[in-house]
Order: sequence, then structure tokens, then C-alpha cells
Amino acid sequence: MIREWQVNAAIMALLLAVPLWALVADEPFTITLTTRAVILALAAVGLNIALGLGGLVSLGHAAFFGIGGYAMGILAHHAQTYTPVMEWPFLIEGTKSMPLIWVTAIVTSALAALLIGLLSLRTTGVYFIMITLAFGQMFFYFAISWPAYGGEDGLSIYLRNDFPRLNTLRPMPFFVICYVILALALLVSWRIAKSSFGLALAAARQNEVRVRTVGIDPYRLRLFAFVISGAITGLAGALFADLNRFVSPTMFSWQMSGEFIVFIILGGVGRLFGPVVGACLFVILEHWLGGVSDYWLIFLGAILLLVVLFARGGLIGGLAGREVAHD
Amino acid sequence: MIDTILKLDGLSKSFGAVRAAKDVRLDLRPGEIHALIGPNGAGKSTLIQLTAGGLQPDAGVVRFAGRDVTQLSMVGRARAGLGRTFQISALPMEHTVLQNAVLGSLGQSGRVMRFFNSVMTDRALKERAMAALERVELADHAKTRTADLSHGQRRQLEVGVALTLEPKAFLMDEPMAGLGAEGSKRLTGFLDTLRHEAPILLVEHDMDAVFSLADRISVLVYGEVIATGTADEIRSDPRVREAYLGENAA
Ligand SMILES: Nc1ncnc2c1ncn2[C@@H]1O[C@H](COP(=O)(O)OP(=O)(O)O)[C@@H](O)[C@H]1O
Ligand SMILES: [Mg+2]
Repeated sequence: MIREWQVNAAIMALLLAVPLWALVADEPFTITLTTRAVILALAAVGLNIALGLGGLVSLGHAAFFGIGGYAMGILAHHAQTYTPVMEWPFLIEGTKSMPLIWVTAIVTSALAALLIGLLSLRTTGVYFIMITLAFGQMFFYFAISWPAYGGEDGLSIYLRNDFPRLNTLRPMPFFVICYVILALALLVSWRIAKSSFGLALAAARQNEVRVRTVGIDPYRLRLFAFVISGAITGLAGALFADLNRFVSPTMFSWQMSGEFIVFIILGGVGRLFGPVVGACLFVILEHWLGGVSDYWLIFLGAILLLVVLFARGGLIGGLAGREVAHD
Repeated sequence: MIDTILKLDGLSKSFGAVRAAKDVRLDLRPGEIHALIGPNGAGKSTLIQLTAGGLQPDAGVVRFAGRDVTQLSMVGRARAGLGRTFQISALPMEHTVLQNAVLGSLGQSGRVMRFFNSVMTDRALKERAMAALERVELADHAKTRTADLSHGQRRQLEVGVALTLEPKAFLMDEPMAGLGAEGSKRLTGFLDTLRHEAPILLVEHDMDAVFSLADRISVLVYGEVIATGTADEIRSDPRVREAYLGENAA
């Protein structure tokens, strides 16, 4: 059996090799497609901290994805129209700077996750799924009915935002930015899983009473996990919007949340690279099967069913076997 | 005056029509094993839950380590120094034996909110965890997944995790259940010495263990303590014989 880290390394190498090949072969669309996979993977890496490690099945992560998207959309929109975001109580100007947009996306989605987490983490199981779904839908309808930023039609940004010393208008530099951020998020996710917090969070997922019995409050663990998780998914939202140079309420849709969960199940729940494999497979299928038939989601459903039935631990589990408990 | 570590004062709890605890008064003194016996459904587990904070009483007060902890949650009482083992093992099954013990050490250390350390290579946590596993004879199984342990070994791990907390008092709900004769004997020997570190409120069905270990025994029937006394007093108490031991002996 191949070791999990070897599988992971191969995936990272492949994710870099494909756009490099595309650069040489002059296939810019392939670079864009890979960038899309990387950004969706990032969103699911965020969700995996809550879902895989914490056992929190959130059907509302599109809220954070959308908040990140609109953070980018709103800031860039005001920058390109030379209007301030707001003047009172203090002046906030628009910006085209990616790092500033990312910080905004992270902070706002973390705050939203804190609020949603405070209100929903007292519930468990199906109730938690329903409450997070409801919050997600709230954001969706709010975005639709907010005319200032395009309402249903969304918001177009003419030029991709700026990053110091890189030409982000070209596909390859933007890919590299997204790839590096994904690698960093994976590093954070890995470190968290090995930390004191990670051990306690994983224990709370498996046996909540045990965690209480050793004097640790599972609610606090889950709240932190949810906030970190939401922040990463929010960052992915900002990048996704930048990739498309467009945001719309669909980023808030529950289908989006569902897709993140599908990535994780496909790749392997709680496995570090599960979301990455799942997102890549999704984008490949979407591209190939989507071209063949409008009903490609049925094929996706069939594959999902096969994975759930026959590959415990998803594709990563199928390749690398059962997760080795850290020593 | 003997200072008590744990004192249950008039605890009552009903589940619908079932009165699982009726005005229960009971205390635990330093260095003792206080056994709680009674037929199935008498309310022993309920009483442990009320004491540990898993259930709120309808009436009554739980005093622990010199203060009223009735309003404290399970987490708060664990932090105050109540160590507990479960009748049905409550352990994260995907984790290794060592991870379970480290979790206990982590709870004891109070430093859980560290996000980028490497918990399984933390010397202090690991040493405390291994010392506890050593004492419950699980050190050789440190790397075994909890799910792969035998039933008896899981019972040992329950006790081991409680040890990592270095509690001021232990609550143990049938720790011998399913251990087998040899296992029960070893655990009996161990609890015999453990009482000097912290007193134990022991719910147990194994009467040999109870009568050889307990400094005092309380008999619970239909949620009511019908007698408290030494082993000899309990053995010769006519009400106990009638309500409990009699039917057991028959
Ligand atoms: N959560 C609960 N809900 C309803 N009834 C309960 C609950 N817990 C215990 N009981 C009832 O309370 C009584 C005492 O149960 P328990 O404390 O488990 O007894 P023991 O541990 O002595 O066997 C039983 O009649 C049981 O059915
Ligand atoms: Mg019981």
C-alpha cells in the first residue's frame, strides 16, 4: 500500500505539472481550469476542518464562500468606480489589492462563522445541518435582494485585482498565487490536526462526553473550528470571484455548500488531501461529462454512490488505506 | 470532625413517573472507598450522573472540595477535580490508547487551545499519559487503536484516563463489569491502593470486590438509600437482606 504522504505529494506535483504543461503547450484554458480546481479545493479544505476533524456537517459553508466573493466584489467595484464603500462612521475606500481583499474576506467570513457558530453549535445532527442551511439561504436571499451590488445579476469586475510584482491578468501567475495559498491552507490544516486543539476536537467528534469528562468544553472547540473553517472557505470565495472576475448570489447557494461536501466525501472525510482530490475529480468530470451531457450530475451521483459504498475513506482511503493514527 | 470531600445532600431526580433518586444523602471521606450497591434500575448510574454534572437534580445540593458545585457543568466539575469512569466505555474509538491518555493529560493541563503545537510529542503530556497507562497495564498497547482493544482493556483504559486527571475524588460506575475473574482481582488490588490518592465512590455489582474493598457501603433501592454502614453492618442489616441481598442469595 502506498503511504498517504506519497499520495499527497503526487497530487501536489500533478497539480503543478498540469498548468506548467499547459503553459508550454499554450493551453491557457487548462490553466484556468486547474486554478478553478485549486480554489474549490481550498474552499473544501476549509470545510474539512469543521466536517472532517470536528464532525460538523455544515450545509451552510456557501455563506462564507459568498461573503469572501462579495468582499472582493464590493471592494473592487468601489475601486473601479472611484467611490468609497462607506463614509460614516469612518471612511472605507475600495481597493484592487489582493492581499487587502483577502484580509477583508478572511475577517468578514470569520465574523460570520462566529455568529452562525454561536447560534447553531448548540444543536447537533440533523438540526445542525438544517440551521446552517437556513443561515446559508438567508445570505443567498439577502444577496439577491440587495440592488446596490447587482442583486440577482451579480457584480462584474473588469480587471483582475493586483498582487505586488505579479501580472495577475495572465493565467499562470494567478494560478501560482492560488496554488501557494492552497499549500499554506493544507499546512495549517495539517498542523491543526496534530495539535492539542486538533486532538481534543477529534475526540469530541467521536465521543463528546469523554471530552467533557476530562474537563474540556466541546462547544468552545467546535466554535473555534467553525471560525477557522469559515475563514478559509471565505478566502477561497475571494479567489473564486477573482478568477471569474464576477460575483453573484449563486456563490451563496445551498448547491455550492452541497458541492463542497461532495468533494470531501469523494476524496475522503477528514483526510488532509480528501478535499483536493474530490475537487479535482469534480472539475474534471464537470469539464468532460458536462460537455457530453447536460445530465452529467447523474454520473457524479453514481460515482459518489460507488465511493460511499465501496471506498471507505474516499479516494484517498482507496489509495492509501486506513488513516494511521498519529503516534 | 471528619472533613468530607464529596457530599450529596438531599438529591432527588425523577424521569416522568420514575423516581430515580429520592432525597439521597451520602458522603465521601478522604482515603475511603464508599461502595454504592443496589439492584438493577435502583438509580446508581443516575446518582453518578447527578454527581458528575451530567444531569441536574430536581432538588438537593452537591458539595465537592468545600464548595457547592450543583450549578457547575460536567466540564466545571471535572476541572474542580472529579474523575469519572463509565459503566459503558465512553472512549474515542478511532484514537489510540495513548491518544486517549494524552487527551486526559491535556484536560488536566488546561492548555487545550494550542493550534500549532505537536501534541503527541509533548514530553510532559506524554509522560503523564504513559505513567497512567503503566498503572492500568496498558503501556504495551499504547499504539493500539481503542477500537481494537478487548472489552476488558477498554475498562482498564477508562480507569487509566481518569488517572491522568489526578482527581480529588473518583466516581466509578461498575469498573469491573465484564473484566472476568482475573481482571476483577487485579483491579480490586489496584483500587485498594488508589483510595489513598483519592477516595472512590464505587458503583459495583461484583459483591466480592465490594465487600473486600469498601470502607462503607450504601444500599440504594428504588432511588432511596435504605442503609449506609460498614460491610459487616450491611451484611447483617435485615432491611438490606430483605430488599436486596436476600433475593440475590436466593
Ligand atoms: N435518561 C433517563 N430517562 C428516563 N429514565 C431513566 C433515565 N435514566 C435512568 N432512567 C430510569 O431511572 C431508573 C434508574 O436507572 P439507573 O440509574 O440506570 O439504575 P442503575 O444504574 O442502578 O441500574 C431506571 O428505572 C431507569 O429506567
Ligand atoms: Mg447502572
